[in-house]
Amino acid sequence: MSEQEQEFSGSDVQKKFLYLNRRAPYGTIYALESLEVVLIGAAFDQDVSLAFLDDGVYQLLKGQDTKAIGMKNFSPTYRALGDYEVTKLYVEKESLEERGLSIDDLMEITYEDEDDDWAEKPSIQLVNRSEFAAIMAAQDVILSF
Amino acid sequence: MSVLHTVNKSPFEKAAFESCLKHTGPGDAVLLIEDGVYAAVKGTAVADRIAGGNGAVSLYALGPDLAARGITESAVIETVKVVDYGGFVDLITEYDVSQAWL
Repeated sequence: MSEQEQEFSGSDVQKKFLYLNRRAPYGTIYALESLEVVLIGAAFDQDVSLAFLDDGVYQLLKGQDTKAIGMKNFSPTYRALGDYEVTKLYVEKESLEERGLSIDDLMEITYEDEDDDWAEKPSIQLVNRSEFAAIMAAQDVILSF
Repeated sequence: MSVLHTVNKSPFEKAAFESCLKHTGPGDAVLLIEDGVYAAVKGTAVADRIAGGNGAVSLYALGPDLAARGITESAVIETVKVVDYGGFVDLITEYDVSQAWL
């Protein structure tokens, strides 16, 4: 651990960060950049959650195969978020419905709950549009992608 | 003169797809590429815009872009034909001009 990391993790400052994702993957760099920043935030022991709304829900679709377009398939990274203690992925129900999707179309993303004998639990929580305002209002910082 | 229209933006984020459909004529074709392929999926809020077409305009979606986004061919609206990169080139040569709705 570098000196700088020690300084950060040694401090008591822990903020609630919400990464708000509204873009589809691959067409723009937003989704990949968001993931990179999420992992940085998690490394500094912050309270991190992710929101997926509008075209952002497309980031979590299962079965992505990018071989033929010659781009990196970064979708498996979402499944590793639990290992970084990123365990709250809020997905907007209405955004899924507008796109003809349901939670069954999304990747299965889980984490092991250390407070519950490492039980495997789903990271994705379906949230109504009306509930999103409260989620945003509860944050210290919102990062938009 | 027949026109090949390409759309590379999500129909939920930009008006490119909608504007494209309003500017097509009989004998034209629309090819959905990149984030434009989301318009080809069944059961979405914009699916009626494609399903409601009278067949005068041919509809295509680029297979590699569908696969990258996790969209199976069975999820694609029946009137949309899935093509590969070779099919893309064929379309370019088949139509007189092309217009990209960016």
